[in-house]
Amino acid sequence: MNAENPQNVQGSVMVVGSGIAGMQTALDLADSGFYVYLVEKSPSIGGVMAQLDKTFPTNDCAM
Amino acid sequence: MDKCIACGECAEKCPKKVTDTFNAGLAKRKAIYVEYPQAVPLKYAIDAPNCIYLKNGKCGFCAKVCPAQAIDFEQKEKTVRLQVGSVILAPGFSAFDPQKLDTYQYSQYQNVITSLEMERILSATGPYHGHLVRPSDKKEPSKIAWLQCIGSRDINRCDHGYCSSVCCMYAVKEAVIAKEHSPVALDTAIFYMDMRTYGKEFESYYQRAKDEKGVRFIRTRVHTIVENRETKDLSLRYVDENGKALEETFDLVVLSVGMETSKELAAFAGRLEIELNADNFAKTDCFSPVKTSRDGIYVCGAFQEPKDIPYSVMEASAAACWAEADLATSRGTLTKTKTFPVEKNITDEEARIGVFVCNCGTNIGGIVNVPAVAEMARTLPGVTYVEENLFTCSQDSQDKIKDIILKKGLNRVVVAACTPRTHEALFQETLRDAGLNKYLFEMANIRNQCSWVHSKEKDEATAKAKDLVRMAVARTRLITSLGQPTISVEPSALVIGGGIAGMTSALGLADQGYAVHLVEKQERLGGIALGLLNTWKGDNVPEKLAEMTKRVTTHSLINVYTGATVKASTGFIGNFETTLSVKGSDRLLKHGAVIVATGAQEHVPQEYLYGQNNRVLTHLELDRAISSDDPRLPAADAVAFIQCVGSRESKRPYCSKVCCTHSIKSAVRFKKINPEAQVFVIYRDIRTYGQRELLYREAREKGVIFIRYDLERKPEVKNDGDRLAITVKDHILGRDIEIHADLLILAAAIVPRDNEVLAQMFKLSCNSDNFFNEAHAKLRPVEFATAGIFLAGMAHYPKPIEESIAQAAAAASRAAVTLSKDRITVEGVVSYVKEFMCRGCGECERACPFNAISVQETDKAMLAAVVKEALCKGCGMCAVACPTGAASVHHFDDREVLTMVETAFEY
Repeated sequence: MNAENPQNVQGSVMVVGSGIAGMQTALDLADSGFYVYLVEKSPSIGGVMAQLDKTFPTNDCAM
Repeated sequence: MDKCIACGECAEKCPKKVTDTFNAGLAKRKAIYVEYPQAVPLKYAIDAPNCIYLKNGKCGFCAKVCPAQAIDFEQKEKTVRLQVGSVILAPGFSAFDPQKLDTYQYSQYQNVITSLEMERILSATGPYHGHLVRPSDKKEPSKIAWLQCIGSRDINRCDHGYCSSVCCMYAVKEAVIAKEHSPVALDTAIFYMDMRTYGKEFESYYQRAKDEKGVRFIRTRVHTIVENRETKDLSLRYVDENGKALEETFDLVVLSVGMETSKELAAFAGRLEIELNADNFAKTDCFSPVKTSRDGIYVCGAFQEPKDIPYSVMEASAAACWAEADLATSRGTLTKTKTFPVEKNITDEEARIGVFVCNCGTNIGGIVNVPAVAEMARTLPGVTYVEENLFTCSQDSQDKIKDIILKKGLNRVVVAACTPRTHEALFQETLRDAGLNKYLFEMANIRNQCSWVHSKEKDEATAKAKDLVRMAVARTRLITSLGQPTISVEPSALVIGGGIAGMTSALGLADQGYAVHLVEKQERLGGIALGLLNTWKGDNVPEKLAEMTKRVTTHSLINVYTGATVKASTGFIGNFETTLSVKGSDRLLKHGAVIVATGAQEHVPQEYLYGQNNRVLTHLELDRAISSDDPRLPAADAVAFIQCVGSRESKRPYCSKVCCTHSIKSAVRFKKINPEAQVFVIYRDIRTYGQRELLYREAREKGVIFIRYDLERKPEVKNDGDRLAITVKDHILGRDIEIHADLLILAAAIVPRDNEVLAQMFKLSCNSDNFFNEAHAKLRPVEFATAGIFLAGMAHYPKPIEESIAQAAAAASRAAVTLSKDRITVEGVVSYVKEFMCRGCGECERACPFNAISVQETDKAMLAAVVKEALCKGCGMCAVACPTGAASVHHFDDREVLTMVETAFEY
């Protein structure tokens, strides 16, 4: 049992999928002190949003 | 993978061409590839099933040409065992494959494409480099049609009864963007059933597309597409609303394909032992919208239900919030903090500037003569290194820039590319990695402010790009390192509003171990949900609300203040001081973050005899009547609902989002109680997005009659003895019909509360409809532009309970990012006052939009302005207002700015 962590809860999370949702959840977790395993099937992260040209209503580049 | 330098030699030599799935099958790529130029990580990967070497042991060209010896054919799939405290599923969706539907001949007709293919065609990194042409002959189309609901709202041909939620809006966007891309006057038409533009700012985008951009909207379902064998043009056949058979020819047809869960994903869910619903999305309930059926496993994004980017982002943060609460005791036990090398002191050095000019694929390079810009940059004083990149933002470029800074001894960097808004932070981190202060960096925006706006004038665009680079370099010679102070954080939050959103945020933070002050204006917690009966999924709202209220009031870390309002607030992220007025007495609180969850309210209708005839009720009044067993309800033989009462009109142009579902849910209830009752829903577009569509189908199956009306011809309501007479033009019959109803339910708009006071107090902005504005519509949907202040629930925009809860938990997660830190770092670009020049006039204090500068008495008993650096956004308003030149902004002082102006006029 870990002395700093009496309940022995793992301070890590596995996130499956690294599209916009997976990346956001991974960032929130990592930025507030949790180790994240981000698992992605394809060779790069970004998901479908990376394939989009622009997003409304601002017509920002999706990339 | 560590060895790959992404030079691309391997892909160049690879003899095997395969279909490029990233480009939606419109192009070919090699069997060794990167998905797209900005891919992270930017490393080539072997597509094993297509690799000649891996299949039959011959070839291996890639390994021979790789200069980094990065290719290892011996790598095998490995099984890795991870021990984790929680699992979050964000696997996304698969686009519906229209090959299954023979109506559209997708696999036969080359010019019938999917919406995802259209995205790639429009994209600068796409198969045609952003040039809008059609696949068959690469001709620029002059007429494009979009067909909606392909693989959605269709149980006859594809077993997808649900609505995919996003297709209406993306089709409108694609039509608008296509018109902008097209060199000819492009005609665009969208064939649809109901236009579902229910999100924030969506309806006005739709109206602009229609009225200003001239996108045509045709309400029908196309039944046949016929291709002209010679021209490859496509003839669409359909029946219009008046029953007339019509035919129109288009050059290109885009199928707006929906979202689905793939078989593989469903099988994966099976292995994880989480339950799916009938449509193969992860099963959740409205009060815990990101919790799967298995403890410790959360879900977010389109695998929960088809949804758009902002709601995927909200759910992602919500899932993080609940996982963080589960694992709160082990926060920080497994993480390490990123360290940077010690910053080099460059004070006494001559400027040694590196200039990196980006092509941004063809975004810049297609218009601006990038080699000429780079050539010019080499001649500028202080510049010691110049380079062109295809994408300066790619990961390999960062490694390269870092390397060059070290090798060439650069002490300042200029990137001529896109906007600092999106990319400055990335390049600044690269500088820090190379031991330079992050403020020794400057961007010249030669894309948004040059190649994009001067795309028709290539020579002038090149000249302007040169000017922008000259100006940036001149300024860069003068910029200096800046310090970044850190400030302490009070680990507690103030949540304003005790409705479902506010309570969810409070619990989300308190369950993670942070103290919360929850403020509610009314005497009772619950907000507008106190008047609701059940959710569209059937959850009992009063019961769930009571449970939630009990958890909040008994939580040791939540202080609830009812009958309380926020009187005043000062301070900044990490260190707010707020005065509450609690039942007449003041109370001062210190807290590190603020969550605004003040909700919205029901509009009071001014029409349809509301307030004049007690048989006319709003939605909330109907729910109240049901819960108080109003005898008129079971006795009603005929009930009518009128939709969009006060919404989607010139005065209130937005869609209130929740009313279609509430009306239809209530209509079904009337039919269940009395199947003989006549129930009418008089509507403009039925917007039962996502799986709410199933409720719409159930209503039709139960015999609820739906009659559409136009804004130009609203229904008329008259007293008719004991009943009401409603006249409406029926579109199918083509004539007026009169409905006699015992009850009329008005789907009254959701309107914002008076947000003015809070907006002033915390310097928050509202949109034109008076809902609070988030920092970014897509990527920062729960944050305000002011650091440390977050947004949740209907104060942001009308939304159903499950979305309010997701957004509220998301706000808690984002706030927890701040509260979890002992200290936070403040930006270095802040204003400063030269005290000896200040005469204490207070002009700066009046000009500052962030309450960051104020006149105070100095230790010499003089008046002078003082800057609170943590609040300052570096906007420079004080510097402009200052009559003596005492106030300036670091990084943008007069000399640094005026040099740019002078340089602009030098040539």
